[in-house]
Amino acid sequence: MSGHIVAFCCEHSACPAADLAGRLGLHYPDNLRIVQVPCAGRVDLIHVLKALENGASGVLVLGCEDGACHHITGNTRAKERVRYSNLLLKEARIEGRPVAMFNLSPNAPHKFVGAVNDITKLITESGR
Amino acid sequence: MIIAERKPIEEIRRAIAPYRKILVAGCGTCVTVCWAGGEKEVAILGSQLRLARGAEGNGLVTLEATVDRQCEKEMVEELRDKVNDVEAVLSLACGSGVQTMAELFEDKPVFPAVNTTFIGMPEKEGLWVEMCGACGDCFLDRTGGICPVVRCAKGLLNGPCGGTRRGGKCEIDAEKDCAWVLIYRRLEKQGRLDLMREYRSPKNYRAVKRPGRVQAVKA
Repeated sequence: MSGHIVAFCCEHSACPAADLAGRLGLHYPDNLRIVQVPCAGRVDLIHVLKALENGASGVLVLGCEDGACHHITGNTRAKERVRYSNLLLKEARIEGRPVAMFNLSPNAPHKFVGAVNDITKLITESGR
Repeated sequence: MIIAERKPIEEIRRAIAPYRKILVAGCGTCVTVCWAGGEKEVAILGSQLRLARGAEGNGLVTLEATVDRQCEKEMVEELRDKVNDVEAVLSLACGSGVQTMAELFEDKPVFPAVNTTFIGMPEKEGLWVEMCGACGDCFLDRTGGICPVVRCAKGLLNGPCGGTRRGGKCEIDAEKDCAWVLIYRRLEKQGRLDLMREYRSPKNYRAVKRPGRVQAVKA
């Protein structure tokens, strides 16, 4: 893989999950760049596009589980924005640089690692 | 307000293909409200174009700026330094804004990035509907404040036609309300149903001579 993966992590779910993954010694690709956000709903289209412009091979948005968002609707907004980001990329014919959203709880380090592995696999399969 | 829609990105890319440094200029009024050409849309379009050109190996530099109203020369003048620094301008303003920009900076090509579609209002989040055809001969006083010229699919001045669907929908488009049913209900609420019997003679569609011009009278 040529670039890094930017993961926008909600401080209420994905960040604690990432910490836990580290403490448990779980392995995940070392090219992950974690950006802590107060809520997945804080992530806007331009943040995703700028991450890709700055060389990211893929972008992850990690938020709370459905119905458990600390800010009530942030994760559902984030999901819509991720969907729209993919439309914008498709429109601009940018392929093989996935943008994906995963929902997880703070005590789900394995799900965090799974999300990182999933997007890494997608990028690798696209030949980047 | 004026409603616009962003052009397909391929069309925009074709227009700016010969240039390597452009200004992406937004407008902070109507097109901001209809999500077509405000500060946010400027940033997104700029990023999309840079990504697309980067993928082709034909880099693009964009400057980005949004003025309060791109249809006012004084406000567009603020962009002079930026315009001088680029080869072309991509404007996300309505047609009026694009032309103001083009008139002020005649030596630079100015390309529209949106299609200006109509004068309308937001019906709900993300949906705008046409309300006014800017005909220059308003008769909303006699139709309960609902314009049949643009809101009736047939533009009937003496409606409704015989094709109104059950539930007051239009025969042309079942999703749309029949303007004349709306007018009837509005006039009924106001106790002015007698207006429905009034014959409206053919309208003068040339009330405004193109190009339109309005000169304010100073008090």
